[in-house]
Amino acid sequence: MLRLIPRVENSTAMVLLSPVLALTLTALSAYLIFIFVLVDIPVSSVFFTLFVEPLIDSYYLSELLVKAAPLMIIGLGLSIGFRAGIWNIGAEGQYVIGGIAGSAVGLYFYDVEAVWLLPLMTIAGILGGMFYAGIAAFLRVKYQVNEILVTLMLTYVAVLFLSAMLQGPLRNPSGFNFPESRIFHDSAMLPIIWEGTRLHIGLIVAIILSLVAWFGIKKHMFGMQIKISGSAPRAAKFAGFDDNKTVWYSLLISGGLAGLAGLFEAAGPAGQLTPGLPAFYGFTAIIVAFLARLHPVGVLFSALLIALSYVGGENVQIEYNLPSSITQIFQGMLLFYFLACDILIKYKVVFFKTKN
Amino acid sequence: MKYQLEVSNITKSYGDLKANDNVSLSIKDSSIHALLGENGAGKSTLVKIIYGSLTPDSGEMKWANNKYSPKSPFQARENGIAMVFQHFSLFESLTVEENIILGLDGIGLNENFSEQIIKYSKQYGLDINPQQVVGDLSVGARQRVEIIRCLMQNPKLLIMDEPTSVLTPQEVADLFVTLKKLAADGCAILYISHKLEEVREICSEATILRGGKLVQSCIPQEHSQKELAEMMIGKKLTELARTNIIVGENIFSIDNLSRKSDDIYGVNLQNIALQMNKGSIVGIAGVAGNGQDELMEILIGEIPSPKATLNFNGQDISALNSHERRQLSMFFVPEERLGHGAVPDMSLDENMLLSRPDSTEMTSHGVIDWTKVATHSKKVIDTFDVQTPSSRMLAKSLSGGNLQKFMVGRELVQDPELLIVAQPTWGVDAGSANNIHQALIELADKGSAILIISQDLDEILSLCEQIHVLSEGKLSDAVDMKSNGLEKISQLMVGGKEEKNSKLIAGAKTDA
Repeated sequence: MLRLIPRVENSTAMVLLSPVLALTLTALSAYLIFIFVLVDIPVSSVFFTLFVEPLIDSYYLSELLVKAAPLMIIGLGLSIGFRAGIWNIGAEGQYVIGGIAGSAVGLYFYDVEAVWLLPLMTIAGILGGMFYAGIAAFLRVKYQVNEILVTLMLTYVAVLFLSAMLQGPLRNPSGFNFPESRIFHDSAMLPIIWEGTRLHIGLIVAIILSLVAWFGIKKHMFGMQIKISGSAPRAAKFAGFDDNKTVWYSLLISGGLAGLAGLFEAAGPAGQLTPGLPAFYGFTAIIVAFLARLHPVGVLFSALLIALSYVGGENVQIEYNLPSSITQIFQGMLLFYFLACDILIKYKVVFFKTKN
Repeated sequence: MKYQLEVSNITKSYGDLKANDNVSLSIKDSSIHALLGENGAGKSTLVKIIYGSLTPDSGEMKWANNKYSPKSPFQARENGIAMVFQHFSLFESLTVEENIILGLDGIGLNENFSEQIIKYSKQYGLDINPQQVVGDLSVGARQRVEIIRCLMQNPKLLIMDEPTSVLTPQEVADLFVTLKKLAADGCAILYISHKLEEVREICSEATILRGGKLVQSCIPQEHSQKELAEMMIGKKLTELARTNIIVGENIFSIDNLSRKSDDIYGVNLQNIALQMNKGSIVGIAGVAGNGQDELMEILIGEIPSPKATLNFNGQDISALNSHERRQLSMFFVPEERLGHGAVPDMSLDENMLLSRPDSTEMTSHGVIDWTKVATHSKKVIDTFDVQTPSSRMLAKSLSGGNLQKFMVGRELVQDPELLIVAQPTWGVDAGSANNIHQALIELADKGSAILIISQDLDEILSLCEQIHVLSEGKLSDAVDMKSNGLEKISQLMVGGKEEKNSKLIAGAKTDA
C-alpha cells in the first residue's frame, strides 16, 4: 500500500526531479498511445519527428522560438496574477486588443518612416491589453464581479471586434476586400535577430522581462504582496496591503504583457493585422504558467517545451498524416503529469504493509 | 478498587517521535479524572487511542476488566465511550434535535427524540430547547447539545477535551454541576484541561504527561496550582508580578467608535470608548463573538474606522493602514495564527515581513534585504525560544505554541510603544504562556502600553490593571475591581441580563 505523508519542509530535490519525472511519464504515455494507434509507422520515427527534429533543424528551431516568445511574455504576466489568486483566463482577448491597438497606430502612421513608430506601437499595444484587463479589475473591485467570467467572456468580444475592425476601418483599401490590414512598413516591423528566419526581438524582450519579474517577485515587497494576497488574504490586510491594489496590479500586468505579445505577433511574424491573430496563445499560456509553477524564469523553459509540442505536432501532421489533436494531447498530458508530480514536493510517499 | 478503564504501558511512535512512551493510566468508575500536559505532551494521542481512532504500537487496555482494543471510534462508542471535542461538530442550520439524531449511530431520522432530550436536560441541568436552531445558540448551549448527544449513548466514560476554554464563569459553574451529577450516576469522566484551578476544583485524580511520558498520577487537591504547573512543564515557573508600574500620560484612545459590520452575521460596534496610558496593561474581557474580531480588525487598520475615532500620541490614526500604524510604533498580534498573523505556506523569514516598520531596515524602497530579514527572525527565534530547526521552516510546520511565540516575539522585538494582542496564549502550553505573560509584563514595566483582548478571564485578571468587558458590540467602562469585581465582570459578560446596567453606561457616555 502507498500513503502520502506531508513533509515538514519542501523537498529541494523533488523541486528539480519532479519535472524530469513528469516528462518521462509523458513520453512513456505517448509511447503507449502510439503503439496502440499507429499502423505501419515505427513509433521511434514519430518520436524523432515530434521531439528531436524541431531541435536540430535550424528552420524548425527558429519557428519554435518564434512560437515560444509570445507564450513566454503572456505566461509571465499570468504567473504574476495567478500568484495573487487573480485568475485572468482571458489573456487571449487582451492579446487581440493589444494587437489591434498597436497595429492601429502603425496603420495610422502607415507611410511614416521613423524610429519612434515601433516604440509608440508597443506602448499602444501594452495600453490596449491593460485597458481590456482593466475592465475586469474595475468590475471586480467595484462590484465584486468574478474576474474569471469577465476576462473569458471579453475574449469572444475581442475576437469579434477584431473582425469588425478588419472589415471596417483597418481593412487594406487595396486588398480586394479581404479582411486584412495593409502590410506594415519596415519601421513598423520588429527587428529580426536571426537572419533568414522569422525570429524577432520579442524573444530577447521576453528574457529581459522574465529577469525583471524574477527580481520583482524575489527581492521586492511587490512579490510578497502578490504571494501573501494569493495564499492568505487576511494576512495581507494584516501586513497593510490594499487588496484592491493587488487586483489592479495583477490584471494590469497580465493584460499589459498579453497586449505586448499581441502587438509583437502582428508586427513580427505576421507583418499585418489578420483574422489569424488569435492563435490560442492566450489560453496556452495558462498551461505555460502552471508548468513553470508560476516561476518567472521557469516560464521561459515551459514556453519552450510547449512550443516544441506545437512545432513537433505540426511536423507529424505533415509527415505522417496524424491528427492535429496530437499537440493538445501532449499539452494536456504534460500539465497533468507536472501537477501530479508536484505533489511529491510537499508530500512523501511511504510504503507500508497492511496488517491482517 | 474497581476501574472502568485501565491503560497499561501504551507506546505510540510517529517515525522517531514517541508521542506516547510507556504511558499508563487508570480511571475509576464514577470519578472525574484529569489528563494534564502541555501541547505536544501526548494527551491527544492517548485520547485518540482510547477513543479508537489510533492503534497503539504496544501496550494494552482493559475496559471494565475485559481486554479492550478498539479498531474505530464506532467500536469505542459501542463499548460506552463518548467524547466531546474542543471544536464542536454541529450543523448550524439544523435544530438541536436534528443535530443530536445525526450524531447517533444506527438511528432513523423520523424518530421522536424531543422527550428523551428533555429528560436528560432536566436530569443533568442541561438547559436546552430541542426545537431551537443551533446557529442561534451560545457557545455554552452548543456544548450542552454535544454533551446530551453523548449522554444518549449511555456512556460509561465521557471524554471532554478542554471544555471550559470558551465558556463564561457562570457557564463553567453550570458545567461543573452537570459533570458532578454525571459522575455520581456512575459515568466516569476523563477531563483534559490546561486550567489547573478547575482541575483542582472538580477532579479527584490527575494524570500528568510530559514529552509523551507519564510524570505521575496524583490527587490534585494535594498539590498547589503552581506545583501542578511545574510538574507539567518540568521546570520552575516565573512568578508573574509587575515590578515597575508607572502609569504615564495618555497614549491611545478610542473615541465614540461605532461601526456596522460588513458581514450580516458580524457584530456591530456601538459607541466604544477607551483611554490607555503609558505603562498600563488594559484588558478587554468577553465571550467570543461579541465584537472582538471586529474591534481587532479596526485597531489593526484592516477595516476602515470613522474619522477621529482612534488617537495615538495625539495623532488621528483612523485613516492609516496597519503598516503606517506600525511606523508609529503600534504593533499587533491577532488571535488567528494561521492565515492572519502568519501565512501558513511561507517560511518564518518571509513571515517576518508582515510586520516591517522602516526602522528594521528589512526593506528599503520596497527592495527586500533578505540577510537583514534572516538576522531579525533569528533574533526572534533565539529571544523567545521558538523551537524550530531553522527560520526557513514553513509557518504551518510549527506547533501552535511555537508559532504564537514567534508572532508575539516578532512584535515585541520592535519595542512597541503600544502593543495590541488578542488571545495571546490561546492554545499555548503553560510554560510558553508563562513566558509570553512575562514578556508582556516586562514591556509594560518599561513604560509601553498593552491592550489585551482575551476570553481567558484568568489571564486578564492576572495581568491587567484596567479591565473592560465587551458584550454585544458595546464596551463597558473600566470595572472597579475593589468591590465584587469578578461578579460585575461576569454579569457584564452575559450582557443581556444586565440590560439596565448597560443602558446606564450608555447614558453616562452621552452625558459626558
